[in-house]
Amino acid sequence: MTPLGVVESVAAVSAEPAATSAIELIGITKAFPGVVANDDVSLRISCGEVHCLLGENGAGKSTLMNVLSGMYQADSGQIKIDDQVVEIDSPKRALELGIGTVYQHSTLIPVMTVIENLMLGMGSGVRLPLKTSLAGLQKLASSLGIEVDPFAVTGRLALGQQQQIEIVKALWHGSKFLILDEPTSMLTPQGIAELGELIKQLKAQGLAIVFITHKLREALDLGDRISILRRGRLVAALGPDELRAGSREEIQGKIIGLMFGQEKAQLADVAEIRDELTGRRGRQLKTAPILEIEGVSVEPRRGEVGVHDVSLAVKTGEIMGVAGVDGNGQRELAEAIAGQRHIAGGHIKFLGHPITHLSVAKRQQLGLRYVTDDRLGEGIVSSVDVATNLVLKRIGQRPFWRSGGRVCTPVIQETARELVEEFDIRTPSVTTDCGTLSGGNLQKVVLARELSFGPKFVVYNKPTYGLDVKTTMAVRERIRKIAEKDEVAALLISTDLEELLDVCDRIAVLFRGKITGVVDNQPGAAEEIGRLMIGGGE
Amino acid sequence: MAEVLEISEPEAVRREAVARRGFLNRMRRGGGVLGQALVPIVLAMIVTGLILAIMGKNPFTFYDQMFSSGLFNWQGFEQTIIRMAPLLLMGAGLIVAFTAGIWNIGGDGQFLMAVAIVCGIGPSLMSAVPRALGLIILLVVSFVVGGLWTLLPAFLKARYALNEIITSLMMAFIGISLADLLIKGPFRTHLNTVPQTNVIPFQKLLPAIPGTNIHIGILLALVVVGVIYWAMTRTGFGLRMRVLGANPRAAVHSGISVFKMTMVGFFLSGALIGLAGGTEILGVWGYVRADWNPGWGFVMFAIVFLARLNMLACIPIVGFLAVVQLGGHTAAQNVGVPDDFILLFVALILLFMAVTDLLRTGRLFGRKPKEIVSVVTTAGRLEATDD
Amino acid sequence: MTEAFWTALIAGAILAGMPLLLGGLGETIAERAGLLTIGLEGYMLFGGYVGFVAALYSHSSAVGLIASLVAGVVASLIMMFFCVRWRVDQIVVGIGILFLFEGITSVAQRAQFGTTYPRLGNVPVVKIPLLDRIPGFGPSLFSQPLIVYLSFLLVVVIWWVLKYTNVGLSLRAAGEKPKALDVSGVSVVKVRSVAALITGALAGLGGGYMAIIGAGIFVPFMTHGAGFISIVVAMLGRGKSGLVLVGAFIFGLTVSVGTALQIVGVSISTDIINMLPFLIVMLALVLLARQSVLPGALAVPYKREGH
Repeated sequence: MTPLGVVESVAAVSAEPAATSAIELIGITKAFPGVVANDDVSLRISCGEVHCLLGENGAGKSTLMNVLSGMYQADSGQIKIDDQVVEIDSPKRALELGIGTVYQHSTLIPVMTVIENLMLGMGSGVRLPLKTSLAGLQKLASSLGIEVDPFAVTGRLALGQQQQIEIVKALWHGSKFLILDEPTSMLTPQGIAELGELIKQLKAQGLAIVFITHKLREALDLGDRISILRRGRLVAALGPDELRAGSREEIQGKIIGLMFGQEKAQLADVAEIRDELTGRRGRQLKTAPILEIEGVSVEPRRGEVGVHDVSLAVKTGEIMGVAGVDGNGQRELAEAIAGQRHIAGGHIKFLGHPITHLSVAKRQQLGLRYVTDDRLGEGIVSSVDVATNLVLKRIGQRPFWRSGGRVCTPVIQETARELVEEFDIRTPSVTTDCGTLSGGNLQKVVLARELSFGPKFVVYNKPTYGLDVKTTMAVRERIRKIAEKDEVAALLISTDLEELLDVCDRIAVLFRGKITGVVDNQPGAAEEIGRLMIGGGE
Repeated sequence: MAEVLEISEPEAVRREAVARRGFLNRMRRGGGVLGQALVPIVLAMIVTGLILAIMGKNPFTFYDQMFSSGLFNWQGFEQTIIRMAPLLLMGAGLIVAFTAGIWNIGGDGQFLMAVAIVCGIGPSLMSAVPRALGLIILLVVSFVVGGLWTLLPAFLKARYALNEIITSLMMAFIGISLADLLIKGPFRTHLNTVPQTNVIPFQKLLPAIPGTNIHIGILLALVVVGVIYWAMTRTGFGLRMRVLGANPRAAVHSGISVFKMTMVGFFLSGALIGLAGGTEILGVWGYVRADWNPGWGFVMFAIVFLARLNMLACIPIVGFLAVVQLGGHTAAQNVGVPDDFILLFVALILLFMAVTDLLRTGRLFGRKPKEIVSVVTTAGRLEATDD
Repeated sequence: MTEAFWTALIAGAILAGMPLLLGGLGETIAERAGLLTIGLEGYMLFGGYVGFVAALYSHSSAVGLIASLVAGVVASLIMMFFCVRWRVDQIVVGIGILFLFEGITSVAQRAQFGTTYPRLGNVPVVKIPLLDRIPGFGPSLFSQPLIVYLSFLLVVVIWWVLKYTNVGLSLRAAGEKPKALDVSGVSVVKVRSVAALITGALAGLGGGYMAIIGAGIFVPFMTHGAGFISIVVAMLGRGKSGLVLVGAFIFGLTVSVGTALQIVGVSISTDIINMLPFLIVMLALVLLARQSVLPGALAVPYKREGH
């Protein structure tokens, strides 16, 4: 279909509201080595509805949608569109069948312009279909009520705008079915509201929207129909009637029960269902600051925002949060504090001493630790065993290495066993290659390493991202506990506002590399933070 | 139904069974490497044999000649052992580099520069100082010269993340030409008209192992290989190098000084290769002629991959290469094919090795393929872009 | 400086620069698509040998050049299968390709011609009227074999294709972010395969030029690093074919300046002449160390997870 196809098909659908298309997934099973991601899942997606696919991380939602979008092929099962069996063997076929997908991680090419990204794979013939594409973009954008500069370089646009372009791209082929995979993880509260409006509009135009999320609130806000996945299985499908039968709390409780199994229904502090905490902290903290950042700036690299003239002070034993949409300088800030990045201006003091020019290793020894969000890429070395990874920041130090440089393997392994026990790391043994561990256990390894040997201050960068609920709770509990008992202060960087409100004493907000404000964790903090996340008092 | 998010039990158990514990297991692993190396070698031999047949030569005669003159003949065997000395040192140098994630392609330049300097100052030095002292000094000189020749590519990589494949290769070409210039110029002998250096007399070269014609360079090489192996596997320094090579970003994150490790690793690599040059001159030749370039750098490249970067497995494989080179040279002459035929054989080994490794694991020795950040890149950038 | 000097300089620069131009354009296409062709030199040697033999027996340089192009394509099939289809490490395969064709061409040459080095006759030249009478560089620049003018044209064609066509956009996407290409419904493997073959064709042609026109003979290992210099030229050109043109001829100048100086009586040893291009490369790399921009997914095989 041509870029203009969607407008035509939309017109056709609106003219006949009774004729709705539907996709049926029947008995879809998809397994990977060691994991059955989808186990005999059947559901129906109809036009004119927002169908939410809800489940915690690892439940199999993304896998199911990858099957629908042609990236994976199911091991068994059938897919029918309008009662006709179809084979979706490639992304190209999915597009031909009218299925457009917005993936969780951007599939736009940052160095290319918007129009180039949209023309990719579109043209038939030699020359790029520039004229028709520009016209089509114009029509599509105005029908969706969004503004787009076709010649803007994609990587320089705000994340919310980039997502809009991804939606445009998904609809470019005249799709009837739009899949959105965790679309709100990168958005501000306002951006989420705008997305909600767009979805309502698309629904009105007769499209089917599949909305994948692990956030219960979003599913309840937007979904006409909610299908719940747990450990690869479809445990419930709640239609519009069931979603209206009862108060919001009742339905929430019911859904949580279904998401986690009845025996876990009393997990009262699951992030999703908790309302804002009322002045949970109010702890008595020593006023002596343990970490002071003054006027710190970090040069941005390709695709980054950098950090500009940031000042913060964290007290001993305090948990300071850093809120903000991903990509506003969090990584740069964390790395600057850890010593992995060169600071272009300003200075950092730790326990009163300047550490601006100290190496990573020195800062480690002083008790300044960094739990990175990039577990596989940076946090561990996959080809090295678990035990060595646990002492990776103590290479050459006693008692693990003797003064000649020779390694003391038994000592390392003994220490490793203790840490595996304490942090509940699931691994066959301490000599297993670290790369074979699951995401949750990798995070535990990183935590075990950073929190051992007398930490005084820890920078946590998205420590619970992508983890299942049990591990998430354990991590938060540990952060709280060591802060209260051992006065281990923390800078908790997170894109999950619920998490910050759950754990932190104060919360700073990072926007475009600047701190737009610091908020005490009191009632009303959430609104204040939301305001600061989009630029604050401008 | 298996637990979502946990590792699969059978996989974990299998990996546990291959745990790196105990001498016996290590030996078994080394043996495993050799077994795997055998397949590409055999395949290469078959294809090379076919090519010979197409050319009208008898492959069996060729291989028979190759092994009998290289291995089963005492003089040939001695020559093979002698050849192993510089090759082992070069192998150690390359393995050190690769362990740290450094692609030192410029080995030939480092080798020849060391050779040129040793031949330049050697004759006069050896006539001025006692033999043992002179030999030690010259070996150290070859070590240092080889290391120094890596400094520019090393610095560019360490400081600017400039791709070292290109820079070390350029330095190799420069080094080869510069060595020639030196040999034809300041180091040239006045005793005859052949463009060569003065000669260190035979009795002043490295002594032979008693009862043989094999010079002690091989012992030096074996000791060095052992030391390097120990350092890479049992010390903090070795672990830092391994981490740097396996995951440079994790190295930064762990507080390893990437700059220092890169410079040291590169230097050590070049130094070992330079030492190989010194050993070959001081053990076999005593002088060097202009335009001499055995070109072992590239070939050893293939060999260390075949040995899967395992220093111990390198020893028998280098032995095999020595047989191929020396025995192959004789066999090629007798059968009537050009010497460069050996190049073909080695190339086939490399390609077959890539295929067999791919078929087994889908990856080349479990390493992620090297991500090229760029030849020219932003200052201080260390991590590869990921996709 | 005399007319002879300038003629020698410029004619020599073109002679030496042409293989670098063709190799550089080929590598540019490869890199834009995300491939790093370390074995480029192997393609050149193979194209050079096959082209030379074809020209020798057909008495036509045109036939020879076409043969060299085809030979380059055949050689690049290895890269296509091993690296694009089977996702083997590009660098190891590249070195294997290098050895393989060094070995094949050297052995074949020895087997076919023994120790003789047959010489080809002069290649027909196309003179551009009027322009070729410009004093100084006219005669050298404007009376060249057809292939030279075609190569200049190729520079423009490649620029246009990369910027304004569907194929060019897909190619660039394959190098920047192959996943984006995949979800748009285009086969990454197909695009990269085509790129690999074009690289082979151009590099083979470059080798053919070197043997047929540049030297008139084939000597084993005659490329002497030209393949690697082409890679550097392509990287410094950063995907812009115009810059590749400039870079190729600057390096060509470094080769010809030595010969030109010899012609006017300044004697420089061949070793220095040999060294010069590589020294200039190192200098260029050192000076330009702070700039960047290579495709994001260079030398990383693409794998769609879950397959």
